[in-house]
Amino acid sequence: MDTTTFETEPTYGLRRVLGQLIPYVLLTISILPIVIGYVWIFVATFSLRTEGLLPKDANGNIGGWTLQNWTFLNDPAVWRATLNSLIIAVGMVVGVGAISSLTGYALSRMNFTGRKGFLSITLILHAFRPEMLLIAIFQVLLFIGGIPVIGSLFGFNTVGGVALVMITLDLPLGVWLMKGFFDNISWDMERAALIDGASRFRVWWEIIIPQIKPGLAALAIFTFITGWNAYLIPFTFTVGSKVANLPVLLNQFSGDTSLVSWNRVAALGLFQLIPIIIFFIFTQEMLLNIYSGGTKGGA
Amino acid sequence: MRVELENLTKRWGDAIGADGVNLEVDHGEFVAFLGPSGCGKTTTLLMIAGIYKPTAGVIRFDGQVVNKLAPKDRNIGMVFQSYALYPHMNVFQNISYPLKLKKVPQEEMRKRVERVAEMMGIGHLLDRKPAQLSGGQQQRVALGRALVKEPQLLLFDEPLSNLDARLRLSMRSEIKRLQLDLGITSIYVTHDQVEAMTMADRIAVMKDGKVQAYDRPEELYDRPRTLFIAGFIGNPPMNFVDVEVVQVDNTFHARRQGLDLPLPADRGEKAAQDRPVIMGIRPEDVSIADEGIAGEVYVVEPLGRDDLVDVQINGAHLRVLADPALNLRIGDQVKLKINTDKVQFFDPQTELSLLWN
Repeated sequence: MDTTTFETEPTYGLRRVLGQLIPYVLLTISILPIVIGYVWIFVATFSLRTEGLLPKDANGNIGGWTLQNWTFLNDPAVWRATLNSLIIAVGMVVGVGAISSLTGYALSRMNFTGRKGFLSITLILHAFRPEMLLIAIFQVLLFIGGIPVIGSLFGFNTVGGVALVMITLDLPLGVWLMKGFFDNISWDMERAALIDGASRFRVWWEIIIPQIKPGLAALAIFTFITGWNAYLIPFTFTVGSKVANLPVLLNQFSGDTSLVSWNRVAALGLFQLIPIIIFFIFTQEMLLNIYSGGTKGGA
Repeated sequence: MRVELENLTKRWGDAIGADGVNLEVDHGEFVAFLGPSGCGKTTTLLMIAGIYKPTAGVIRFDGQVVNKLAPKDRNIGMVFQSYALYPHMNVFQNISYPLKLKKVPQEEMRKRVERVAEMMGIGHLLDRKPAQLSGGQQQRVALGRALVKEPQLLLFDEPLSNLDARLRLSMRSEIKRLQLDLGITSIYVTHDQVEAMTMADRIAVMKDGKVQAYDRPEELYDRPRTLFIAGFIGNPPMNFVDVEVVQVDNTFHARRQGLDLPLPADRGEKAAQDRPVIMGIRPEDVSIADEGIAGEVYVVEPLGRDDLVDVQINGAHLRVLADPALNLRIGDQVKLKINTDKVQFFDPQTELSLLWN
């Protein structure tokens, strides 16, 4: 058998090196500001003060390494805020994940009156800025606060209330995202499972959900970050440090009447980053692992 | 299981999927729904499966109306064109899924899955995920999954369309053989007339949601009741030529410019109309001869065993199966002999056969 070789113009030396180097250089330059920012945060948390990226001691010499910026770890208020942040973030992951995957499935697969209207309203709702709704939400939370038992969990000035509002505001995006993922699953697979004897719920849980795990993971990480970094809603609907979450506390650190210790703020900021990194490590495999095969062609 | 469809109809608003389908499938019979895409064959199948609810009409299994029965209660197995395997489960889990849902005990489940897997020749693949299998293997798994619950009715939705040509041939005979051995009533949807002809006991030819004909393959081939069936069944497809059938003395002749064909009395008599008719003749019923109708070779398509030769006769084209040894070239002058015992005639308006209606 003949073999055919294609003669391509060889690229040697400088041209080749440049060709490979230039994209990296451009990419590096574009992310440099962010990288410098993180480097500064890291350096600042362990030093008395900084000049540029250099840590300085009281006399202006390089040095002055210290752990005193991290003393906030002894402050119970910080840990309470951490817990509050965690409750909001995890609450959002669970709430948005569960509701979006159920609603998205129904919107993708079932035919019911008002389906189209629901879809378009969901999309429009997503366009509303939460700021526009603050006063209305405040009224709702006050009302919920008046209900016995539930009121103390989800009313005004409760972590539950904040989580509830955050879930609601995040649902339009989640529902649309999930609907998109469900739309990509072949009908045949669902039909096969129905004929095999599964109920609609089992089809959803055992056949469809496992295939949109990457989508669920993506939604989970987005909502976690949204919940963890939530500032506007907790700031508006909570009073005092007892129900504050980390970003609100961070603001109190820097916004009080006393002189701002930016190095302390940086330390708290770094502290706030840790769970997101951990969460990402846990979900990234799911994010990147997209099932393939099993069906071919068809719709 | 005996399946009866009575006036089965499916509409979505104005769109018609199936339009008054009437047919019955006998116990153990292998029936093919044949038609071009969009003819309603899959819609009908999905109604039988219980996935679609009929707009009107009745489906009976062994005399019982099953219209309201959920798919899982119909005791059917189905094989899809896309295989529809569950990608996150391995082969064993895929095949055992129907049994798991039926809460079959673990030990029995294992035995039944292994038996089916052995039968399908995939016993060594039970630990693999679908993505690690070839198309043919995936289709075997899908077939195994349909068979493992020992259904009384097997539904096939173009199961071989995604396989390559050679594999399609072998799977075709395998499915046919399996169906004969197990004796399960089967309905097989396909757009491939060769598949339908070779596998089915009876074929329902569908067009625009309606059943055009429901008969044994050889009947459909020899006595097509409509122009559509005549053109759809058979490969290479039938030739159609506009002719006038006239009586000269005591014999009937099919005539057009450059063609004068004496017809057998029975066919000629039915075909004789006071207006032009469509004459149909299969390529295999036309041969190149020393004497006959004069024509010119227009195109030659070598098929291997035969050459498919397109011969031009005064503006009309006839495809002819010819011996490659004749070594015909474009532009060659040839003489054609037509086997007039096999010619068909159709009314150009109604497109119905003038011979078989």
